[in-house]
Amino acid sequence: MIVLAQAAGAVSTGEAITFWILGPIALAGALGMIFVRNAVHSALMLILTMFCLAVFYIVGQAPFLGFVQIIVYTGAVMMLFLFVLMLVGRDSSDSVVEVLRGQRLAGLALGVGLAVLLVGSIGGSLSAVTPVGLDAGGANGNGNVTGIGRLLFTRYLFAFELTSALLITAALGAMVLTMGMSRGQLKPGQRATVQARLRGEHDRISPLPGPGVFATGNSVAVPAVLPDGSIAPESISAIIDATPAEVIDEHPVDPHALTAGTDPARSAADPSGKSR
Amino acid sequence: MTPTYYLLLSALLFTIGAVGVLVRRNAIVVFMCIELMLNAVNLTLVTFARINGTLDGQVMAFFVMVVAAAEVVVGLAIITSIFRTRRTASVDDANLLKY
Repeated sequence: MIVLAQAAGAVSTGEAITFWILGPIALAGALGMIFVRNAVHSALMLILTMFCLAVFYIVGQAPFLGFVQIIVYTGAVMMLFLFVLMLVGRDSSDSVVEVLRGQRLAGLALGVGLAVLLVGSIGGSLSAVTPVGLDAGGANGNGNVTGIGRLLFTRYLFAFELTSALLITAALGAMVLTMGMSRGQLKPGQRATVQARLRGEHDRISPLPGPGVFATGNSVAVPAVLPDGSIAPESISAIIDATPAEVIDEHPVDPHALTAGTDPARSAADPSGKSR
Repeated sequence: MTPTYYLLLSALLFTIGAVGVLVRRNAIVVFMCIELMLNAVNLTLVTFARINGTLDGQVMAFFVMVVAAAEVVVGLAIITSIFRTRRTASVDDANLLKY
């Protein structure tokens, strides 16, 4: 029986190889997450680490949790993170300014201390432990999902039902936080806009004049003409002035290029085609 | 090799997450570091379930995942609403409670 339990709980060679390959990758992903400056790259590094952890779950006799990890964490949670990053602006990178002096160094020192404490205590106390294991007649004997389901619906039933209440509350809270906040800053109505205009809160009372389309030409680049014959500069969109105009004469178009070749007499008489 | 190595890896990941919370200034990255700490704890729970030969640790890890999902939803909503009013996602700029 003891031999069977040892065989069930021990780490096989393949699992050891998986661990020694994916463990450093997971650590590198985690380190990259806190040291990369771009937040989107941080999120991708964290996805890498979570994926490595999912593989650890699957080879470590918890296949259900491994797939839940992939679906929930790397699939849903991290995509939500990326979505909010895009919403908030992905170039909102970290500021380099230290508000508290020496805070980063102190944080790093605390981290190293915590790592030494944790690794020292765990490594010293658990190296002689014989794992019982779950597979091969253990708690996973009827399948991992069956075992977890049996526990969930018997011993942890109340916690499981509380979880549903938590999820509903979280969904409602997210909706209240994101949609209810914008209630206070509604767009002003028509009446409020007109009153603000008459109070002089805008640059001019009337709307901007339209361009002279169909008055003197059919282009929005044609300005409107005021009653005294002068040009209304506000009638042209600012974009038109800002757009770099391409001078047509720099690229002479040959009208006969598509039909019957060039007309030598016409092109000799009028090489640039300006008079037409 | 024993499953203890998973515990060591989990401890290191937890430490990295804690350092990230202390060092980074972007609220979303801080939040991701908290997620990394939760993941490290999950790895510990799964490993202890294997060492003890019972599934309770895996059930607890499952509950941690559910709570983390709910927490992410609410936390990101809070960050979004803070960004709407303050136009920033930096934890240094959300200092209204200081005064």
